[in-house]
Amino acid sequence: MKEQIINFYDKFGLPRLIITLFVILVLIVATTTDLNIGSLLSDSLVRIGMNGIFVLAMIPSIQSGNGLNFGLPVGILSGIVGTLIAMENKLVGFGGFAVALFAAIPIAIIAGYIYAQLLNRVVGQEMMVGTYVGFAIVAGMCIFWLTAPFKNPAMIWAIGGEGLRTTLTLADSFTGVLNKALVFKVFGISVPTGLLLFFAFMAFLVWVFAQSKHGVAMEMVGRNPRFAVASGLKLNKYRTLGTVLSTVLAAIGYVVYAQSFGFVQLYMGPLMMAFPAVAGILIGGASTTSAKVAHGVIGVILFQTLLTVGMPVANKVIAGNISEIARVIISNGMILYALTRTTGGDQA
Amino acid sequence: MKNLQSILRKNAVPLLFAVVSLMGVYFAKMPAQFLLMEIVKRMARNSFLVLSLIIPVVAGMGLNFGIVLGALAGQIALILATHWEWAGLIGLSMTALLAVPFALIFGYFAGRVLNRAKGREMITGMVMGFVANGLYQLVFLSLVGTIIPFNNPKMRISSSPGLQNTINLKLLKGSLDGIWEIRYGFTKFPMVTFMVIVLLAIAIWAFFRTKMGQDFRAIGQDRHIAGVAGINADANRIVAIVISTVLAAWGQIIFLQNIGTLNTYNSHEQVGTFAIAALLIGGASVTKATITQALTGTFLFHLLFVVSPMAGQTIFGSAQIGEYFRVFVAYGIIAISLALHAWQNKTS
Repeated sequence: MKEQIINFYDKFGLPRLIITLFVILVLIVATTTDLNIGSLLSDSLVRIGMNGIFVLAMIPSIQSGNGLNFGLPVGILSGIVGTLIAMENKLVGFGGFAVALFAAIPIAIIAGYIYAQLLNRVVGQEMMVGTYVGFAIVAGMCIFWLTAPFKNPAMIWAIGGEGLRTTLTLADSFTGVLNKALVFKVFGISVPTGLLLFFAFMAFLVWVFAQSKHGVAMEMVGRNPRFAVASGLKLNKYRTLGTVLSTVLAAIGYVVYAQSFGFVQLYMGPLMMAFPAVAGILIGGASTTSAKVAHGVIGVILFQTLLTVGMPVANKVIAGNISEIARVIISNGMILYALTRTTGGDQA
Repeated sequence: MKNLQSILRKNAVPLLFAVVSLMGVYFAKMPAQFLLMEIVKRMARNSFLVLSLIIPVVAGMGLNFGIVLGALAGQIALILATHWEWAGLIGLSMTALLAVPFALIFGYFAGRVLNRAKGREMITGMVMGFVANGLYQLVFLSLVGTIIPFNNPKMRISSSPGLQNTINLKLLKGSLDGIWEIRYGFTKFPMVTFMVIVLLAIAIWAFFRTKMGQDFRAIGQDRHIAGVAGINADANRIVAIVISTVLAAWGQIIFLQNIGTLNTYNSHEQVGTFAIAALLIGGASVTKATITQALTGTFLFHLLFVVSPMAGQTIFGSAQIGEYFRVFVAYGIIAISLALHAWQNKTS
């Protein structure tokens, strides 16, 4: 019995245990305040569906041995371009959403392929290089937003008539096509079925891929590159595959995120978007070298519930606005914890 | 001829940036006097911070993204100094002394963390900076005025806990720069500040000729061989980070006494990125950095920084393009040199 508990504890990990207990504690405290628990939980369901695919995007990257994909903005920017193409053509509803996806995916495949070629040359430093490649591309794309050939007057600055605005609204385009689909209410909680189904579908796809021949090979390349080479697998092929899949998921994730958020934030907006996703998968129990779909799903549920339910409660109990600060400390603290776990002695 | 080629190859990065900066100078068409004034001011402000990066690079720990912790130590000392109304050169020296215990503690902690993440020091240092930033905000935005008693109406937000967004450092402003200034046209050369920078450069040069400095070099070249030779790598690595953190604290104090106002919550955010970009533009790499590279890099980076908005205006008709371009360069140069370094490591 004792052994079982220790075993469970080792597998579950201290930070995940603390965060789970904290989420439960926060939910209990929330019932004693005058906050509307139903609407808080509805919000957290929306946030889970909104951010879930970004967290899923970490899985192929980790499985293929590329570590946490801090270069997520590469995919996110592809998603933004896809969304902008749909907006430029004034497409609305599901049509707009679908066009945004179909425009974003090929861009993400190309961008992800180029990004993968870089990562394959910097084995061991993928995370650091990825972080700064992401930052640099976000800054470089700022120049593109200023000069991009978009003509829709709702998107460009009213004065001067050139350059995209900092924040674009999707209200006239495809806001909430998933969020508002098949919504129903139970116990005062409104469930965004469409959004959650889409997330579940993506999670299912990632899971199915992981069971496939290529998925198994990719995980082997990540887990033990030397053994994989000895068994005749091409390292770079599967590392590229992992990065491309991760980038494509990030692009899809952005289109879903945008339809839920209702706005597209350009310029420096996407700069730090990789960090909550990285923290999410780590909270779910993944490490820099191994990740499963379950980690992603658990992680996004725990992290987003903590943020949406925990923070209003914390603001109520402790004076002052600490939600943003707590978010920064929790997410980066989690990443720091994962980076300092010793994995197989000294890493080169 | 061969000699020239090898000189060119060795200094490819600074030469490239010299060309880009000179083109910027040409297109910006700024008055020479103004350009000189800006450059002198920025060199005086930033050189100390950039120099604080050298020791960890030589000790094999890569670019110390954790100098943010040092900057925070400096800012904490400045906040206390402003509260106690310290003034003038004596006040500034006392502030510098006051920063030391904070920097020692932060540096020791950072060194311990980085020893647990060998081979991933840079990303770990960066995330550590984010966590430290969160904790700093927690202390000065939420705890000050609630748990920590602090009742200085000039510095507190009146309606809620926390310090004001900007703190006026008028008592300390220019207390180092203003001691002895040589005027040339509009430009004032802060001689004492430059002397301090030269002193630091000499101190670093001398340090690498001591026993400990040589140990650092040995560890930087090969940690295992150094260990076999009886050098305690882990302890020395902590010392390297502690020194860097203390120097960064002083660097930030010099920086802020020149500016004269402390942006309580974001003066420190970009310290790491900009100092590292400057060092790399000078031709340094992840494993090699010299005093000359640090100073040339600071000069070139800030030259580019000053001229890019105006150059963007004349070339593209938009100052904003120039502004985004310099951010792109800062992130891009870090991404490229990290990638090049990892690439060389892999092929060698």
